[in-house]
Amino acid sequence: MAEEKKLFKVTIDNITIDVAPGTSILNAARQIGGEVTPPAMCYYSKLQGSGGKCRTCLVEVAAGSTADPRPMPKLVASCRTNVMDGMVVKNITSERVLDARAGVVELLLINHPLDCPICDQAGECHLQDLSYEHGREGTRYEFTRRTFEKEDIGPYIQLHMTRCILCYRCTYVADQLTDTRVHGILDRGDHAEISTYISKAIANDFSGNMIDVCPVGALTDRTFRFKNRVWFTKPVDAHRDCPTCCGKVTIWNRGDEVLRVTARKDQWGEVQSYDGKPGWICNTCRFDKKNLSDWVIEGPMEVNRHSVISANHYVGAVKPQETITEVMGRPPKLLMDIHKISDVNKPEVDLSAIPGPPTSETYEGNPRAIGHNPTDEKANEQGIGTTK
Amino acid sequence: MGRKLLLDKAHVENIRSYDVYRREGGYRSVEKALKTLSPEQVTEEVKKSGLRGRGGAGFPTGMKWSFLAKPEGVPRYLVVNADESEPGTFKDRYLMEFIPHLLIEGMIVSSFALGSHRSYIYIRGEYSWIVDILEQAIIEAKNNGWLGKNIQGSGFDCEIYVQRGAGAYICGEETALLESLEGKRGNPRIKPPFPAVKGLWDCPTVVNNVETIAAVVPIINEGGDEYAKIGTGKSTGTKLISACGNIKKQGVFEIDMTISVEEFIYSDEYCGGIANGKKLKACIPGGSSVPILPANLLLKTAKGETRMMTYESLADGGFQTGSMMGSGGFIVLDEMQCVVRHTYTLARFYRHESCGQCSPCREGTGWMEKILLNIEKGKGKMTDIDLLWDIQRKIEGNTICPLGDAAAWPVAAAIRHFRDEFEWHVLNPEESQRRNYGLANYAQPLQVVA
Repeated sequence: MAEEKKLFKVTIDNITIDVAPGTSILNAARQIGGEVTPPAMCYYSKLQGSGGKCRTCLVEVAAGSTADPRPMPKLVASCRTNVMDGMVVKNITSERVLDARAGVVELLLINHPLDCPICDQAGECHLQDLSYEHGREGTRYEFTRRTFEKEDIGPYIQLHMTRCILCYRCTYVADQLTDTRVHGILDRGDHAEISTYISKAIANDFSGNMIDVCPVGALTDRTFRFKNRVWFTKPVDAHRDCPTCCGKVTIWNRGDEVLRVTARKDQWGEVQSYDGKPGWICNTCRFDKKNLSDWVIEGPMEVNRHSVISANHYVGAVKPQETITEVMGRPPKLLMDIHKISDVNKPEVDLSAIPGPPTSETYEGNPRAIGHNPTDEKANEQGIGTTK
Repeated sequence: MGRKLLLDKAHVENIRSYDVYRREGGYRSVEKALKTLSPEQVTEEVKKSGLRGRGGAGFPTGMKWSFLAKPEGVPRYLVVNADESEPGTFKDRYLMEFIPHLLIEGMIVSSFALGSHRSYIYIRGEYSWIVDILEQAIIEAKNNGWLGKNIQGSGFDCEIYVQRGAGAYICGEETALLESLEGKRGNPRIKPPFPAVKGLWDCPTVVNNVETIAAVVPIINEGGDEYAKIGTGKSTGTKLISACGNIKKQGVFEIDMTISVEEFIYSDEYCGGIANGKKLKACIPGGSSVPILPANLLLKTAKGETRMMTYESLADGGFQTGSMMGSGGFIVLDEMQCVVRHTYTLARFYRHESCGQCSPCREGTGWMEKILLNIEKGKGKMTDIDLLWDIQRKIEGNTICPLGDAAAWPVAAAIRHFRDEFEWHVLNPEESQRRNYGLANYAQPLQVVA
């Protein structure tokens, strides 16, 4: 019989969970899910050594462990701090953390161009999400923003350094997925930049994964640039037999045109793992297979219903987990509670259960026949409208 | 006249050469340690001495040494931090330049205590001529059997190498130093693990300041208990202070931490008073990153006690009304100096030296510099002062390494103590370009804070 491993008991925002020793606070929080998970811009669980740089995942440790219950004086980076048995962590319940995080977000944005309307990453940008959740409405920065020249690094990738937040993820990809790294950080401080050494091209089979790991729009797919907004495309999971990689991808279509191919992402925006191995994809799959006939379609991609990409996405929308009631002891503060107004957004209703417009089977000469629809039924009960 | 332990022989003619150094009693501590003491006993002596790290943080050295992990079959390293880049600090340069064998001697004893067979001196690239002096000293020591295999028949092997930095302030941070020593980009590592567990090439490593290692020599020669008798309280032994600014005698002074700040500034033995008959306005007592203190708080603490040149007394009152001993870079400002301009200069330095790894420091230092430049040029607004305060608060404590704190503290202290001067700059944009604010009430007798 295998020896039973002792699990560490850790409390994050009043929710207690047992995790294996050696787990970081961030990963423990991800096991709980929901709002207690700190945002992470630079940490990437599939890349060794990543994390600790962006400081958005700072949390307060209210008690170090059962053996040593002293609180840690400074906020710690949850992605690089391992849990101890009996640790008590405060994330969204700590004012200090929220204040520091708002500060980090503001600082990340002072030199960011905020060119979301023309940025290909918009809609799936982690910095966009982060600033919506934790940022301020305006900026207090009154100076010229730092700019860099756009640079094509190889035939497939464009580097837009102005948008970069220096998370170092792409350098880890080059280090850990490819034989030689030809790009890195040049210079230091606020003029530090990602670059190849004197405009060299990055040419290797897995360089495209740099685009997937980039949390912002600094590294973009040159075959997809300005083709479409991501929320107008239909993402579907697909696969092909690829000799170099796992071949499991998400293809982003419009009509029957494949606009781009990416690796499949999990709910944290990271590449999914298959049998414990991250599903990185090769450049052939990513850039060269742009015909639907190259792929075996599996079905619609699962997408978080809070994401803009879930617009018009009736099948495969994932309900986000909500922990705020449990953590804060109160329901989330909302400007308008949509659930009181519309049944469509009710968490307990699966969007795919709502039928579309009448089909040839249900029509039968009745222009108003639309089968079963919870909103209509409620309207009927209250005697509003006439659907029958 | 205070006791001198490190620099008492520094001005003997030709002390740089091995023969003179040896004749003056050099390398006695190596003989004593290797022949009569065990490594644990050496560590014990250092613990007893109460020696505190001279690089800035003031962490007890003996304690640091005892934290060193000692797994079987893994080498351990001693790295001497000679990347002295803090503005206002030049004590290590003086020590290495004039009495290099003292450092080599201290390193041999320390390496023996820590079990390091390869020790490194990481020296800032700008000290190019000192590298030659150190390497000359190492060759002489090796030729005389103090380095290499089986030192003086004791069976202990040790080699010392000198490595030059490439001119980055951040490489004075111990983990960035180790990265740079390994040949990588000098980015601070994320701690834990600490260098005592995983340092140079993932092996247990102790990183100490030049002065700390040099202080090991008198500790072994005289015994830890004797050393602990010098100084006051937990500030034992002697400390090198590099004094600069508007004083009559700039230079490196060795003090035994029993004198007051007032005596240090005004006595002829040390700084000799403020130059050109001006008055003292403010002072940074421990290198550019520690909080600046106005004259009234510098000479007396908030409780009205005389402020002494010790670790505890300089830190009395916390950051509200106190400062830090830091690395001993004593910068004195007279009434002609403008605190806004001074703070801007420091902010510019930290912006230039931030490594750019973590976001608060990378973006915040640049922002602070720009705001301070605006205020200095007479384009500032009142809200800028509060904004500066808010930015420094967002940087402090939220970064990977202490550079973020070092960049935030001077700005915070300047606003805390000299807010009226910042406001005067904003309200009198034209006048502030022509003249300085002057002394105002900073030199007035202290108001006791309840």
